[in-house]
Amino acid sequence: MNLLLIFIGAAIVNNFVLSYFLGLCPFLGVSTDLKKATGMGFAVIFVMLISSAVTWLIYYKILLPFNLVYLQYVAFILVIASLVQFVEMFLKKFVPPLYRGLGIYLPLITTNCAILGMTLFMVIRKYNFVESVVFSLGAGSGFLLALLIMSGIRERINTSDIPRPFRGAGITFITAGCLALIFMGFAGILR
Amino acid sequence: MKNNFKEFVKGFFEQNPILVFLLGLCPTLAVTTNAINALTMGLSVIFVLFFSNLIISLIRKMVPNQVRIASFIVVIATFVTIVDIFLKANFPSLSKALGPFIPLIVVNCIILGRAEAFASRNSVFLSILDALGMGLGFTITLIIMGGIREVLAFGTFFNVKVTPDFMPKFLVMILPPGAFFTLGILVGIKNAVSMRKK
Repeated sequence: MNLLLIFIGAAIVNNFVLSYFLGLCPFLGVSTDLKKATGMGFAVIFVMLISSAVTWLIYYKILLPFNLVYLQYVAFILVIASLVQFVEMFLKKFVPPLYRGLGIYLPLITTNCAILGMTLFMVIRKYNFVESVVFSLGAGSGFLLALLIMSGIRERINTSDIPRPFRGAGITFITAGCLALIFMGFAGILR
Repeated sequence: MKNNFKEFVKGFFEQNPILVFLLGLCPTLAVTTNAINALTMGLSVIFVLFFSNLIISLIRKMVPNQVRIASFIVVIATFVTIVDIFLKANFPSLSKALGPFIPLIVVNCIILGRAEAFASRNSVFLSILDALGMGLGFTITLIIMGGIREVLAFGTFFNVKVTPDFMPKFLVMILPPGAFFTLGILVGIKNAVSMRKK
């Protein structure tokens, strides 16, 4: 039950994109069409899942026992960067169709703040190993959900008449604002 | 001299990192619930940007091309850790309010972006000017956003009351949707002004 709450909390109620503003760069960059958005979304879920497990082990089994917590940020970002690199090489060698499908989105994930943000929240909220993995799955799914909704809306926006200064980024932010307002409606689920 | 000045002021408006390049959006939206948080975030970013640009332009000839991104991130993460520990020790309440968004400066695209696009190609002096200019442009935009949201939501600016009593308080402005609306409208205004200039 607790695990379900963590999942729903991360995916819908406190959606990473719309309420923590994490992962906004790819959110704006690849939400232009549905196909790209799907690729990016799944790549993020994948990397989040692995990095939550690995960073949890590093934090609780290495950094904490050896009193090295001040190295947390350096360690986490290095783990994420090398993990992304590793996943890329692995997929290229063993699952080429998936590799081609994800394409350039894999390397971009290193600088996606949603991943580092997720690992930091995991430490701040003191989740245990299973909770962390479920949390990362929820966060990734929430990212995919927001990305899909947004790209669907943006395909419509492209064909409508927007005042010139607001074309592009301006209208996208305002749309995201409306989405965030809608997602706030889910806040009741957790209480 | 004129050229140096140009490197310094370009971040204020013409190449504003937030409004034009849409860089560093997570902290921009997340911490601008009031002007003080915005100022703290801005100063932290200036500090990290200044030292990372300085170090990176010093070591740019020594770092092999293939590992440059990883090396830049380690440099940046080091200075972010310094800021984080400093804030925790001296301003615990501010540090708590900003939460994970201080460590998230590590992946703030402004810093890596400036390292990659500017500091790894230019002299130390120009890189410092670039860092200060971009950092100030970032900070000014943050304070404008934080100010707008604080005034509309609480009727205060830097915790000083500024609006008359009959003015309604729009609480939605400090919630996530308010952040998106404010930024969207600011981007629109910036574009409108730029278009008129041409």
